Amino acid sequence: MRWEPSASLETIFKRARIYQQIRTFFSDREFLEVDTPVLSKSTNTDAQIASIRAFNQHEALYLQTSPEFAMKRFLAAGSGSIYQICHAFREAETGRRHNPEFTLLEWYRVGYDYHALMDEVEVLIDTLSDRKNSYRRVCYRDLLIEYTNVDITSIQLPELREKSGELLPSANTEDLDFDQCLDLLLSMVVTPCLKGYVFVYDYPISQAALARASVGNPAIAERFELFHDDLELANGFSELTDAKTQRSRFDKDNDLRAAKGLPRYPVDEHLLAALESGLPECAGVALGLDRLLMVLLGLDSIDQAICFTD
Amino acid sequence: MASYSTSEFRSGLKILIDGDPCSIIENEFVKPGKGQAFNRVKIRNLKTGRVLDKTFKSGESLEAADVIDIDMQFLYSDGEFWHFMVPDTFEQHAADANAVGESHLWLKAQDSCQVTLYNGSPIGVTPPNFVELDITETEPGLKGDTAQGGTKPATLETGAMVKVPLFLEIGEAVRVDTRTGEYMSRVKK
Repeated sequence: MRWEPSASLETIFKRARIYQQIRTFFSDREFLEVDTPVLSKSTNTDAQIASIRAFNQHEALYLQTSPEFAMKRFLAAGSGSIYQICHAFREAETGRRHNPEFTLLEWYRVGYDYHALMDEVEVLIDTLSDRKNSYRRVCYRDLLIEYTNVDITSIQLPELREKSGELLPSANTEDLDFDQCLDLLLSMVVTPCLKGYVFVYDYPISQAALARASVGNPAIAERFELFHDDLELANGFSELTDAKTQRSRFDKDNDLRAAKGLPRYPVDEHLLAALESGLPECAGVALGLDRLLMVLLGLDSIDQAICFTD
Repeated sequence: MASYSTSEFRSGLKILIDGDPCSIIENEFVKPGKGQAFNRVKIRNLKTGRVLDKTFKSGESLEAADVIDIDMQFLYSDGEFWHFMVPDTFEQHAADANAVGESHLWLKAQDSCQVTLYNGSPIGVTPPNFVELDITETEPGLKGDTAQGGTKPATLETGAMVKVPLFLEIGEAVRVDTRTGEYMSRVKK
């Protein structure tokens, strides 16, 4: 029986050092460290994310797919800027870069928008990698034009399917919807070309998740992702603070789930009530710590970064 | 027939793609944190031997292919077909040139090999990794030359051409790696 950790001792020590550096980084900036429950009666409605269920006697609960909802309840209660290091869980996500249980660093900066938060992400990553890195920032639309010649502001679905099929002959694009085509292009054509740290920002509003719409352009969400080469490391937003918009996004997610034959998930009424009472203007980001370790130590697969994957 | 979802894809799994039996070589899960998941799969078409890339939406299912590998004994070739027998049952199968492919270069009567059956018919033959075959044709050997590194071409009893050391003679046996077609050692009879 192989009982040893799947990560090397070097990685285990590096993880411990990074946790210390993170805590120093945020305490220097007067963030509050918080701890939210892993088990919840409601969960993320995102149709592309499946929650792992757990049972307490006869009550079905969900393992959190991210600590976002609970953290926003702290913010609405007046906590000020907060962070936490936690485990998150996603069903059926297994692969070289995915593990159903993984580690997130998530933080919220009161008074920041997503551009200011990108600056802070850079400072943190420089701190954790003990060097000054260079970062590229490019908006989603420009990035897609650069590598695929697809302009999301003008292309229609039939043409997008055709174009995606040409760029990726291995895929059957006939039954993909607009966002699925974009995901396919981004994952399989665009990100494999990226080099070093790259922020992609201003996602289409259909992929807003919990980001607010851009003040100047309702077709765009104030959302960013950070990649290192083709590895996705972080996802951040200027947070949506409007309860009504948030409820309608949850409902739309659940309608999409139903259309795909997936179960509707219970909506987090506590979060909606918190937004109702008032969430301060803030920006938040989740950074995958296992993947960051892969980058910092040059590891090929996530099981080398996670201590136990058996 | 059973079917397999992308989450069950693993190396060696046999599935039907565009009506052809295929074997999965590699399966990579690709998913943006928020967005559609895909599986990028490297597949070998078992009929043509060609390797191709396919991309599926995660959760899609493909029909299983009724493909099995069975150890059989090679009996003989009649010029058109190569005949094999399952040792336990004496059941015989005839494979055509398409199914046998380049493997015929390593097939010696009585040797065992792996025959791949699709819906009960042979579509592929895999020789053992190492075979021992007699030299039927080669230039005369250079006496005493066992240390020098030179090689010469030799024809083996199955028709395969292999580079062998200079000292070997017609009638001697050699051990060959069938995956690379390279001479490994001389076999003492």
